[in-house]
Amino acid sequence: MDKVMQVSVFSENKPGRIEKITGIFADEGINILAIAITSTNGFGIIKLLVDKYERAYEKLKESGFTVTLNEVLAIEMKDSPGGLYEVSHILSKNSINIENAYVYVVESRARAFLLVEVKDIEKAKESLSKEDLKFFKYAEFKLA
Amino acid sequence: MKAPEIIRPDSYWQKQDEIIGKEALATLQLEHLTKSLRRVYSNVPFYHTRFDEAGLDPENIKSLEDIRRLSFTTSDDLRANYPFGLLAVSKDEVVRVHTSSGTTGRAKAICFSKNDIECSATLIARCLVMTGTGKGDILQNMMTYGLFTGALIMHYGAEKVGALVIPAGPGNTERQIQLMRDFGTTVIHITPSYSLYLASALQQKGIDPRKDLNLRRAYLGAEPYSEETRKKIEAIYGIDVYNSYGLTEMSGPGVAFECGYKNGMHLWEDHFFAEIIDPETGEVLEDGQEGELVLTSLRREAMPLIRYRTRDITKIITGVCECGRTHRRISRILGRSDDMFVVKGVNVFPQQIEQVLMGIKGVAQNYQILLESYDHLTIRVEIAKELFDGNIEHLLQLQTEITDKVRADILVKPKIELLEPGALPVSEGKAKRVIDNRTM
Repeated sequence: MDKVMQVSVFSENKPGRIEKITGIFADEGINILAIAITSTNGFGIIKLLVDKYERAYEKLKESGFTVTLNEVLAIEMKDSPGGLYEVSHILSKNSINIENAYVYVVESRARAFLLVEVKDIEKAKESLSKEDLKFFKYAEFKLA
Repeated sequence: MKAPEIIRPDSYWQKQDEIIGKEALATLQLEHLTKSLRRVYSNVPFYHTRFDEAGLDPENIKSLEDIRRLSFTTSDDLRANYPFGLLAVSKDEVVRVHTSSGTTGRAKAICFSKNDIECSATLIARCLVMTGTGKGDILQNMMTYGLFTGALIMHYGAEKVGALVIPAGPGNTERQIQLMRDFGTTVIHITPSYSLYLASALQQKGIDPRKDLNLRRAYLGAEPYSEETRKKIEAIYGIDVYNSYGLTEMSGPGVAFECGYKNGMHLWEDHFFAEIIDPETGEVLEDGQEGELVLTSLRREAMPLIRYRTRDITKIITGVCECGRTHRRISRILGRSDDMFVVKGVNVFPQQIEQVLMGIKGVAQNYQILLESYDHLTIRVEIAKELFDGNIEHLLQLQTEITDKVRADILVKPKIELLEPGALPVSEGKAKRVIDNRTM
């Protein structure tokens, strides 16, 4: 199982922040696979799954962003009715609580990944390793 | 961090004057006060009128308390008498003028005789020796040289005790860092806000001031700042930070200064007579009570000031200091009576809020207080970069913690805005902490 690292960026809720982040990625040839934004009380966190997370982290930091990396589960599912059900069933069977989740659709109507933040990532990975699940592999998505 | 340096007990610049007994001090004060009052009565029309109005005869001063009959001298009086109206000597005796221009109205001019400059340099020499600075030290003076007294008076005092002085002035952070490294600066004289800015600049360059610099101590003045901020600065630099107090009207820095025990600033009472008053009523308060500091210069020649309202809020710290000096101490400046603002009917000093903020983990150094109405207080706080973990819950908890702690201290519930580090303007001079957009 690859260690899937999500890039989290703290941002005030004001125009131009996403533009700045994505501009940096464009310049650096970093591909965004999935993005989720949580915002509340005037600030937010932008969460990104990218192909080159170490570079993304370094470049954002250099540009003065408040940024961190944290590991998430990236579980493959079918992009068809019942796909999310199957995965969430396995999670619940293993008593894994979803703190936050979003989806990366690789191929519409065929294949997607459920990105899941959990409290105890090591424990979750251990329980899920016994299940018949496929996980995200960076090798498959790295652009040249 | 190193333990605070406790300076050798025999480190005095003017031992007899610094450990003078209480009674001897009172006698000395009365002697100098009487001389000063006589001089201003004969030479300064403004004071002549004031004395006559109060029915005070300078030939018949019985005690220090007699001056309570005189009304206060204010900065408005200085402005009204700009530039030479309050001179007690002939203009030929004046060798220096410093001015401070407020944002509103006319400037204040403070004149110095040769001896006035010598006296203030001597007081700084006392302060430096008291905190361990002397021959062999390299003092980088990052205060403003020019019309502001801060840098120049420190400069003279530092040369007096034999330190090497680098007259760097403020700003140009790259060059400051270069100078500190090239010359092995051991002491800096700096404003609190610039010291924090300099710290983040050092951090960005990957310089650890604790290992890569030769710094031992810093003298901080010109802006009020909290005890929490002192601790923060001491930890970042790995140095001792001493509080310095002064004002141009009283010849600049060195009016009061901390000793190695860092428990209040010794106010040189053989040069200044201090009173603490209620800023609203003008009533003189007991030692230990918080109020506005009122100073009477005892030895200034060119422009003596009687009962000058400093606008600085402090209190007299009672009790004897372990360092052996008998001059009473004042607490760190808690605020300017000018800076105090009222929100929801409560009087608040920005320093109260700073004190709370700097004690909370997850808060960076920069903050701003925003006043949009008389019922609402917004505090904009930069979060600490290194504590961000991507978890929004933790940020919400931080927001709640700040709200609760500020409310507990000032009794007004603030709105807290969390900002990205670097979002607020940084200052290389005096920091502007309060933005008041309210109209009367």
